[in-house]
Amino acid sequence: MSSEVLSATKTDRPKRRRPVALLLMSFRTFIALIVVFVFFGATTPNFLDVPTLIIVAKHVAVNAILAIGMTFVILTAGIDLSVGSIVGFCGMVAGSLLTRGIPLNIFDITIFPNVIETIAITLAVGAGVGLINGLLVTRLNVAPFIATLGTLYIARGAALLTSDGATFSNLVGDPRLGNVGFPFLGSGTLLGVPVSIVALVIFAMVAAYVAARTPFGRHVYAVGGNERAAALSGVRVNRIKIWTYMISGFCAAFAGLLIASELVAAHPASGETFELNAIAAAVLGGTSLSGGRGTIAGTLIGAFVIGVLSDGLVMLGVSSFWQMVIKGIVIIAAVVLDQMQRRMYRRFALEAQLG
Amino acid sequence: MTAAVTSDDDIILKAEGIGKVFPGTIALQEVDFEVRRGAVNVLVGENGAGKSTLMKILAGAVEPTTGRLFLRSQPVTFQSVRDAARQGIGIIYQELNLCPNLSVAENLSLVGAPTRFGFDIDRGKQAERAKALLARLEHPIDPDKLVDDLRIGQQQIVEIAKALAADVDVLIMDEPTSALSAAEVEVLFKVIRDLKAHDVAIIYISHRLEEIMRIGDYVTVLRDGRRQADAMVKDISVDWIIERMVGSTGLAVQGTASRPGGNALTIQDLSLPRAAGGFFVDHVSFSVNAGEIVCLYGLLGAGRSELFECLMGLQPQAVGRIDVGGRNLAGSSIASRIRHGLVLVPEDRQRDGLVQTLSVRANLTLASLRRFTRFFSLNGASEKSEARDMIKRMTIKVSSPDVEVTALSGGNQQKVVIGKSLMTSPSVILLDEPSRGVDVGAKAEIFKVMRQLSEAGLAVIFSTSDLKEALGYADRIIVMSRGRATAEYSRDKATEAALVEASTAAFSEQEKQAS
Repeated sequence: MSSEVLSATKTDRPKRRRPVALLLMSFRTFIALIVVFVFFGATTPNFLDVPTLIIVAKHVAVNAILAIGMTFVILTAGIDLSVGSIVGFCGMVAGSLLTRGIPLNIFDITIFPNVIETIAITLAVGAGVGLINGLLVTRLNVAPFIATLGTLYIARGAALLTSDGATFSNLVGDPRLGNVGFPFLGSGTLLGVPVSIVALVIFAMVAAYVAARTPFGRHVYAVGGNERAAALSGVRVNRIKIWTYMISGFCAAFAGLLIASELVAAHPASGETFELNAIAAAVLGGTSLSGGRGTIAGTLIGAFVIGVLSDGLVMLGVSSFWQMVIKGIVIIAAVVLDQMQRRMYRRFALEAQLG
Repeated sequence: MTAAVTSDDDIILKAEGIGKVFPGTIALQEVDFEVRRGAVNVLVGENGAGKSTLMKILAGAVEPTTGRLFLRSQPVTFQSVRDAARQGIGIIYQELNLCPNLSVAENLSLVGAPTRFGFDIDRGKQAERAKALLARLEHPIDPDKLVDDLRIGQQQIVEIAKALAADVDVLIMDEPTSALSAAEVEVLFKVIRDLKAHDVAIIYISHRLEEIMRIGDYVTVLRDGRRQADAMVKDISVDWIIERMVGSTGLAVQGTASRPGGNALTIQDLSLPRAAGGFFVDHVSFSVNAGEIVCLYGLLGAGRSELFECLMGLQPQAVGRIDVGGRNLAGSSIASRIRHGLVLVPEDRQRDGLVQTLSVRANLTLASLRRFTRFFSLNGASEKSEARDMIKRMTIKVSSPDVEVTALSGGNQQKVVIGKSLMTSPSVILLDEPSRGVDVGAKAEIFKVMRQLSEAGLAVIFSTSDLKEALGYADRIIVMSRGRATAEYSRDKATEAALVEASTAAFSEQEKQAS
């Protein structure tokens, strides 16, 4: 017994300075972000100007908010393929509420919710689709990939059905109906900062806090790491999973609102393949698809790498075909580097102990 | 050190100056180890003494940080388990390594399945081969059954059969008997003698010292990652081994029977029906008082694990009453059972006990997070300090609470699982085979903790298939057989013979009915 206590105190603080290589590796996504910034700053005129950066950040905001929601789902070892469709569907819900209102045929009147109410209803719809995903995955035991693939089609179909495939345009509202102000979300500013960027900061901060500092967050990691052990520890596994899908749906609804507001129009096809960008951002940021590993900060950086890369390539005049190829290479390289880093970490940890 | 000297020709595998470092722990330092052909080479040591690591190095699963290996006097390095297997070294791991989604026959032919014209798998031949292997182990498990559907003991048999499927010169067995019943152990020993006769070298790790005295030829004792002593088994005694493992023989922790308090747990007519008819748990009723240690003794498949699972709410089909502190918990969620003071330390810690991606600290506090929560927020500081306290209390060997739990040895991981359940401040603690895959020293520590808990007023229920554990540590023993509670003895009334008889009671009844 005494020897155990001894060895415990002896190695109590083995923290030595980590080798530079390992440090570089742990911040690889961040370094990649700096590299793309420097590269495009040097090759593309005006890339580092504030207006350009704001445009890039606004583009990133949509994908990053989706990716934040996606990260929660992936941390539980799930996947949410429906977010792109939720973006489209929720945009259409908001567009419909603003132009058609809620017709109550029995009373022969139509209620027009104001913009705040419209946003609230739309977010609730998004969370509701997430709830359906969650119930399919937990209560009906459908594999996440299949369940959300199904809702991907359903939500997209529903978006098209809302208007028979047409676009709700000119969503500026009508002063007589008291629903003006919707475009503020996508093009307004708070203290000179675009609203969508403010929203991204809030989403990121809340999500990072929830993931790292709350029992819910810890439970999310535990469910992804070992579901059975989590359940035996009293974690309500199903409830946790349902919440993550609802968070993902909520984030997707907000992204849909941002897009509709910025374009002042809701198009039923908007958000197509966004789910793949969100997954890519999460993976690029170090989230493991098998669950239990990943951080919100990582996802955020991942989203910025993808966003800066695609906007920069556009400005450089690289063809969109090549853009796809490059994006794919970056994602694969990220995962390969992630594996290398884990091996390196282990090796250096050993050497630190030997020395 | 000179006790074990024999002709060096017998040495088939030799390790020299082996060292291995993991994040958070130094597993091995300067270890020499000789493996002789046609003999059982035993390796013993406490938890974290480095036995499993040394085995993995010999089997090519882990690369040593320092040191050299010699196979048939030639220096070798193993790139992988496959590489080692090609050179005639097989291993049976402590943690089961089977594909649960495949059948027994498929698992046995995972590598080198018999094919027709080198093309598709010959299912007939595959099943035949499986049958032959299982027959050799005297265990007629249906080769078409999914491994997932087998009990752990049966899975262990399949694991052993898998190692026998390849022709080996050296066979490493890392605690092969930890999940086996006494009868299954006998069969295994027969197989081992058979292998010895065929000049196979066996490397045998076990925490059951009586077993080592029966089957072993040479013994090497590891302590704290170093080679402590070695000898021929015929020259030594159990006490000799214990002394070298822990540094003293003072291991008797048979605390006095504590005085029981009020009723802590009562179950009435608890049953778990089997889909195929009959019961896993067959109308079991008993009650346990605060401050009492009750042992559920029974053979493999007696329904002990299932009973615990019913108590904990893992089996929704279970019926019956479960009263904890006067409140019926039947039908409530696991979380609410934990809140009402019931907690389970599961049998399979890898599958049910640990979250492998999380740190020691996060694992320890997982079941009691609400204690560290203010409004929505976790209080990291108090979480960390309580985790440190528990690490000290359970004497978990780890450099920092933030080390990933997978870096720990088996016994230390088990202590983490027990620590986690203690952090929920339970009134009734259930331990399913708490000594499975744990060495003598840690076993004694675990039972000492159980005694302390009962003295602090907890009701402790543990299951075991080890007679010595049942007789040595429990205040009361309930014997289970085929899902039924067949007998109950107080500590002073119980005898080995009575327990064994009661544990097979349901079998003999059934035979009587059949004939």
